[in-house]
Amino acid sequence: MTTSAGPLQQRAEVLSLKRVGAYHHLTLVAPGVAERFRPGQFAALAVGGPESALLLRRSFSIYRVRDSGTYGGTVEIIFAVTGKGTAWLADLVPHDVVDVVAPLGRPFALPKEAVSCALVAGGYGSAPMFALSGRLLDRGCAVHMVLGASTESRLFGALEARRSAQSVIVTTEDGSVGIKGRVTDVLPEVLERTGSAVVYACGPMGMLAAVAQVAETHGAWSQCAVEEAMACGVGVCMTCVLPVIGEDGRTRMVRSCVEGPVFRGDRVRWSDVGTVPEGTLGAPSGGWPQ
Amino acid sequence: MSATTWSGQVPAALEEVDLRVDLAGMRLKNPVMTASGCAAAGRELDSFFDVTDIGAVVTKSVMLDPRSGNPTPRMAETPSGMLNSIGLQGPGIDSFLATDLPWLVSRKARAVVSIAGSSLGEYAELARRVGNSPGVSAVEVNISCPNVHNRGLVFACDPYQAAKVMAAVRRDVPRDVPVFAKLSADVTDLVTVAESVMAAGATGLAMINTLLGLSIDPVTLRPVLGGVTGGLSGPAIRPVALRCVWQVHQAMPDVPIIGIGGIRTGLDALEFMLAGASAVQVGTIIFHDPSAPIRIVTELRAELAARGFTSPSQVVGLAHTPTADSLAATDLEGLRSP
Repeated sequence: MTTSAGPLQQRAEVLSLKRVGAYHHLTLVAPGVAERFRPGQFAALAVGGPESALLLRRSFSIYRVRDSGTYGGTVEIIFAVTGKGTAWLADLVPHDVVDVVAPLGRPFALPKEAVSCALVAGGYGSAPMFALSGRLLDRGCAVHMVLGASTESRLFGALEARRSAQSVIVTTEDGSVGIKGRVTDVLPEVLERTGSAVVYACGPMGMLAAVAQVAETHGAWSQCAVEEAMACGVGVCMTCVLPVIGEDGRTRMVRSCVEGPVFRGDRVRWSDVGTVPEGTLGAPSGGWPQ
Repeated sequence: MSATTWSGQVPAALEEVDLRVDLAGMRLKNPVMTASGCAAAGRELDSFFDVTDIGAVVTKSVMLDPRSGNPTPRMAETPSGMLNSIGLQGPGIDSFLATDLPWLVSRKARAVVSIAGSSLGEYAELARRVGNSPGVSAVEVNISCPNVHNRGLVFACDPYQAAKVMAAVRRDVPRDVPVFAKLSADVTDLVTVAESVMAAGATGLAMINTLLGLSIDPVTLRPVLGGVTGGLSGPAIRPVALRCVWQVHQAMPDVPIIGIGGIRTGLDALEFMLAGASAVQVGTIIFHDPSAPIRIVTELRAELAARGFTSPSQVVGLAHTPTADSLAATDLEGLRSP
């Protein structure tokens, strides 16, 4: 039965849609989400309207929630136009209606003690980091952010980061702003300088793999929010799986929608994503042909 | 079924419609179930609607051993549909019986358990274990699996192999538990397969499974799916599925049929029943709308009422009967979908 802890499905009215650099910032009226939300969770949106030929939901990290005010509760996401579904979202106007399910997935785990934390994001992977930094600061943690992108227009929230963290470093691959390079070029120095005990990361799979490796080398825990293609977002379709090592040391193909999207970086078999590695529970002997 | 079951053009009140159906001896609250592989074992969907309010939960096909499934990508969106190549990922029968089934039973949901094997022996073993578990309302046999002992050919595509599976399953499932064969439309003559599994002891038929398809990535210029080919599902296959139900009902009007394939609305469900289905399953649309099963129950009630029907049994196979003169003469514009 519907419980106060579970996700809500609702037909949400568009409050606003704004361009932010190369991205879009969508605010939906969705009462009840804020009360259930924890940073790292995501929203799954149906696209194309009631008769849509695009059946699969599009999932996005939740950027921000508000629990009250004039509009009675809102949820905000950041997205890039990558195909027909996101192009439809980018054409929404205020008062349009979108079917949204939120909040979904396992959130970032928070440290029990007031430790120093590094928050690392690639592109609009920074979206969930601001709500996270709020919760960490409330607990007395120090927050240090590293935001990276290919170029300046693909950074999201660099200004907001300055209000949300004790220190911020920006990297771009083309050097259009900040340090020229990747987040992992500066991360070792950040971890040494701040003594961060936990690294939180969100971005493309390759970046997460590299960040998890740096964290491990520096003896820090890592919490990585993955972006896997999902059809449903609610745990029934089994499309968004990746190989993850369990407490028992066994690799399983686990759903990133309900067992993630946040995983411990040292548990994900990053280099085997997209395969079923030999030894995975239920894998054919000899592994799947590569 | 005669044209006189048409109860006139006067719409019925919603509360006059009694959605209960008898499906091969199974009493269901209504004819709407989840389709196997689209609802896991029901638990995730219980956040969106009360799983006891639909006809039954059909669980994802379970195999004897745990199974990792295929590498990703496992899905590709296609026009009004999707291709999937999950590869029957699942926990295996021990875990299913220890965890998933007891949850459905404790929720008092109607549980129809789908089983899948890669040999006759596996089907028989699964039938024995599932058939003797308390709380199983019916067994659905997914015969769209490669037969390891027959060059990997799919059981469902060969009337003889399909019948051997059904006979093996029927032998090990108690008589009072109905057994449904889930048919594939990827065959030359579906009626032959249907007759053959019925002769082997199936109680009824569930049709159709996904259709085999392919999608190629415009960037890599290679197949999108890790498993290369995948099963096509969603509204894109609805006319094919409807045709299958029509043909099999026409050939075997007394066989209980569960209609499956791209059902999105109550009107779609009604179409399948008119073609000859006694009940329906809702699959891919759950990915689009996790509360679709209960919405379709509500919509089906309204569609029946609008046409003056008070029970789903009044419409099963109705499309096969000649149009009544009284109906032809009536202005039905208001009932046609836009």
